[in-house]
Amino acid sequence: MLSKKMMKPLLLGTMLIATSVVDAHRAWVVPQETVLSGQNRWVSFDAAVSNDIFLANYNPGRFSALAVHAPDGTVLDVQNMHVGKYRTVFDVALEQEGTYRIFTASSGLRATWETEEGERRMWPGRGQQYTPEGFAEHVPEKAKNRQVTHALRRMETFVTLGAPTTAVLKPTGQGLELNPITHPNDLFAGEEAQFQFLMDGKPAVGVEVSIIREGTRYRNSQEEITLASDKKGLVSITWNGAGRYFLEAEYKDHKAKKPATVRTGGYVAVFEVLPD
Amino acid sequence: MRTTMYLACAPILFASSVTAYANAFDVAIEIPALNVAEYHRPYVALWIEDERHQVVSNLAVWYDGKMRNNEGEKWLKDMRQWWRRSGRTLTMPVDGVSGATKAPGQYELQFVAGQHPLTNLAAGNYRLQIEAAREVGGRELLSIPFTWPASRPTTLTVNGEHELGRIALTLKPE
Repeated sequence: MLSKKMMKPLLLGTMLIATSVVDAHRAWVVPQETVLSGQNRWVSFDAAVSNDIFLANYNPGRFSALAVHAPDGTVLDVQNMHVGKYRTVFDVALEQEGTYRIFTASSGLRATWETEEGERRMWPGRGQQYTPEGFAEHVPEKAKNRQVTHALRRMETFVTLGAPTTAVLKPTGQGLELNPITHPNDLFAGEEAQFQFLMDGKPAVGVEVSIIREGTRYRNSQEEITLASDKKGLVSITWNGAGRYFLEAEYKDHKAKKPATVRTGGYVAVFEVLPD
Repeated sequence: MRTTMYLACAPILFASSVTAYANAFDVAIEIPALNVAEYHRPYVALWIEDERHQVVSNLAVWYDGKMRNNEGEKWLKDMRQWWRRSGRTLTMPVDGVSGATKAPGQYELQFVAGQHPLTNLAAGNYRLQIEAAREVGGRELLSIPFTWPASRPTTLTVNGEHELGRIALTLKPE
């Protein structure tokens, strides 16, 4: 049965998405279908970390922190999660009509600096957790090339039973987020889609966006769409035909809250674009 | 929808009968017989939309409404354009609009402006939209643009290629 509970607080120091994202592999969560009719439907999902969109052939990722926002704002768990060699599989039960958000969000602080001898240092190390006390103990206040990065990451996808709703689309004000002008479950191949990017709730200018349609293994070119958000944080997307798309966005500036000196936002979403 | 009335009256009565009618139109729909291994009757939706894709009238939706637990509603979204333009906001079944799926053959539907399910159409340009989706088959969307009201009786046609045959819209001004 579905359990209703409060939204899981974002955990500082946990990088929920497999760390291999930094190795240029891509983590993704892809629904089998996104637009549904009828009552009490289920959607099956695949999730994995791989280079090829959406070919699970590298590692199954770690998706245990995935949560679901139901149309009425309650938080559901995903169900029937299986972790295979290369792929994670799970289900979401749609008992209400409207739009559901399936997501993970995380944030973490990491400091890097160099010693007087020129050796590179990093804190917290792999597997360690950030704590204010640990930060004060381990990170020098002044050092060569000292940088403290506040990294916020979000990965999400959407499915809709019946008519699309917008309650779950409301930005949280944390990290790099997509504020859809075009509803993410109302995307058609022949229509331009418009999205706004926000960083900590404010329009994010110059976000680098990469969009790739599924099926790269059946064509010779990635056919990547690359865009940058304008001064209102907006991007307009002309799709490369129908299919499921992987969207990845990156943002970086120096408007970080202390003790961070740099903040970065990473955003990944999967969208389904239907034929006209 | 109304049944066809055959008028065999004196000319003067004929004239008065005609003026009693509002603007009307007929739609002829052909569902082709297909030579396929696994055949299921198509889901079909028929509606009128304006030039901004706003649905003005839902005229017919043929789907499987008899399945246990309304499971036949699962495929309504395969009529993608109908689903986004209006289907997803409707509660099925819709009285006077929805009905059972139809076997291959010719079907004649008649509509009178102002009589359910056709609303009173303001003068303007519209499209008659017909969309069919078939389980383990294909999908087809056809469109017949028309101007309302017509100045004289007019028949407009479009031919489907896969899931639909010939569609004819006959406008019958009062």
